[in-house]
Amino acid sequence: MRFTLWGVRGSIPVPGPHTLRYGGNTTCIEVRTDDNDLIIFDAGTGIFQLSQTLFKEMPLKAHLFITHTHWDHIQGLPFFIPIFIPGNSIRIHGAADPVTQRGISDVLARQMEYAYFPVREAELNARIEYVNLHERQEVQVGCAKITNLLLNHPVLNYGYRVECNGKSLVFTGDHEWPYNIYTPEDDYFEEFEEMVAEKRAGIMEFFRGVDALIIDTAYTIEEYPSKLGWGHGTFDASIAAAREAGVKRVYLTHHEPNRSDDRLEQVFQEAVARAALGPGDPEVVLAREGLTIEL
Amino acid sequence: MSTSQARLIAMVDRMPAFPQTVGRILEMTARPDCSPKDLVKVVEHDPVMTMKILRLVNSAYFGLTRTIRSINHGVVMVGINTVKNVALSVAAMGMLPRKNQAGFDTNEFLLHSLGVATVARLLAGRIGVGEKSAPDYFVAGLLHDFGKVVLAQFMPEELRRALELAMDGSQSLHLAERTVIASDHAEIGGLLAASWQLSPELVGCIRHHHDLSVNGDWGIMRDCVFAANQIVRSLGFGDSGNRVIESFPPALEERFGHDLPELIETIGDITQELEKAKIFLKL
Repeated sequence: MRFTLWGVRGSIPVPGPHTLRYGGNTTCIEVRTDDNDLIIFDAGTGIFQLSQTLFKEMPLKAHLFITHTHWDHIQGLPFFIPIFIPGNSIRIHGAADPVTQRGISDVLARQMEYAYFPVREAELNARIEYVNLHERQEVQVGCAKITNLLLNHPVLNYGYRVECNGKSLVFTGDHEWPYNIYTPEDDYFEEFEEMVAEKRAGIMEFFRGVDALIIDTAYTIEEYPSKLGWGHGTFDASIAAAREAGVKRVYLTHHEPNRSDDRLEQVFQEAVARAALGPGDPEVVLAREGLTIEL
Repeated sequence: MSTSQARLIAMVDRMPAFPQTVGRILEMTARPDCSPKDLVKVVEHDPVMTMKILRLVNSAYFGLTRTIRSINHGVVMVGINTVKNVALSVAAMGMLPRKNQAGFDTNEFLLHSLGVATVARLLAGRIGVGEKSAPDYFVAGLLHDFGKVVLAQFMPEELRRALELAMDGSQSLHLAERTVIASDHAEIGGLLAASWQLSPELVGCIRHHHDLSVNGDWGIMRDCVFAANQIVRSLGFGDSGNRVIESFPPALEERFGHDLPELIETIGDITQELEKAKIFLKL
């Protein structure tokens, strides 16, 4: 199994001289199974670059898994070229929405409404299927098994775990470690604490022992207090989680749009130094657009 | 499921929540700094809002592996923003009228529901139900009479007649309801809770909160709600249209180690706790 990062930026694409090394595109990850089956996590602007590499494989079968439907994870979808070409087959997986009680099929149809896009979803030439995933539902793609777990973000966000011939990978999508909304003097403090601990333990189990954990690491610990509840992780929390879950390598992603390459490297190195990693700890890598890793 | 049951479920799906809550949810969610715990507190003071949020987050369509049992549990599982937006979607359905044709006093009903919720949770702690399950008992107390709101909204004339029959305390309201509609609020509440995939424990508890002869895995929860129901009625806090206070059968005395009057003695002064609910609801 191997994966390629096509977009590592959070929130909004930021092309320009300050993001040349790590990239300005929003989230998209290509995963190839040992049989070269194509799995894609998220359809941020990075998916456009990915789509340029796929022409030689057409007619194509793509298995797209959406972690959540915030713009930076879906805005490239109408520009995923294979959807316009007959003979291609795209299966889009994701969570249904408890607020609107509508399925993941809305994701493309709504982006492609008349006011926002010149081509309607109904006019797409590829065969497009939608799969509303239940939590922990298993999906088989060739030799790979993909499962999901609900993580914590201001909209439903599934983290995905892929296992293929003994290798494994987790991508969190966007995730903030759940925290207690009560203070110790509140009645609910202790029971909430227990529920948070249980949730964390479930997530740890989901991450357990993977070869690669690709995790939302938007903020520094200095920035975090003013971003509480925004649904993103910190360098320190991501490294600590990777360590606790015994993962082999952790890729820190969802870089802040305002963070230049130089600054990104600086805050990364500071966090790694703070973590004082030792033997047996995971290798910590800063996610970079274009990076391909063979597991 | 019969056609009339299916029709009822569809109607209740569009039923709005209580005005006190709807107003406050709209006001709170208009502010970007809406505090999560304040939001939970408002939702938890409204049986309709609570029931509907649990229904939406537990819907099979959405497909969580674990049943979400309380609003706080929902916050941990699906996040505060999703809970907030689900609450907002319920608030957008409008609000229950302050007066209804059944002559059912919704303010008194809210106080009764909150009283039973508070006491059921307290009793759960007393008999050693763990910290983890205690909030479920609050929810069970809050929702036990949900069927009455449904009757007030959709069968007001029938509920009015039942309320009249039960007014003098000669019979319990649920028996009067059975005389009038051949069903009762416990059955209706249980049916709705089941159709909305709420936890089986909660469904059993709502369904059998008047009938101690039926038992199941939900027995402890139901016993706590039953006892809390009698305690709150004895204390005269709120009014749900039922004047009958039932004494404890031996099994219940054994469960709590006391008969009803003794249990009221031992739990001490809870009026302050209950008054807080009253102030919060501005009743």
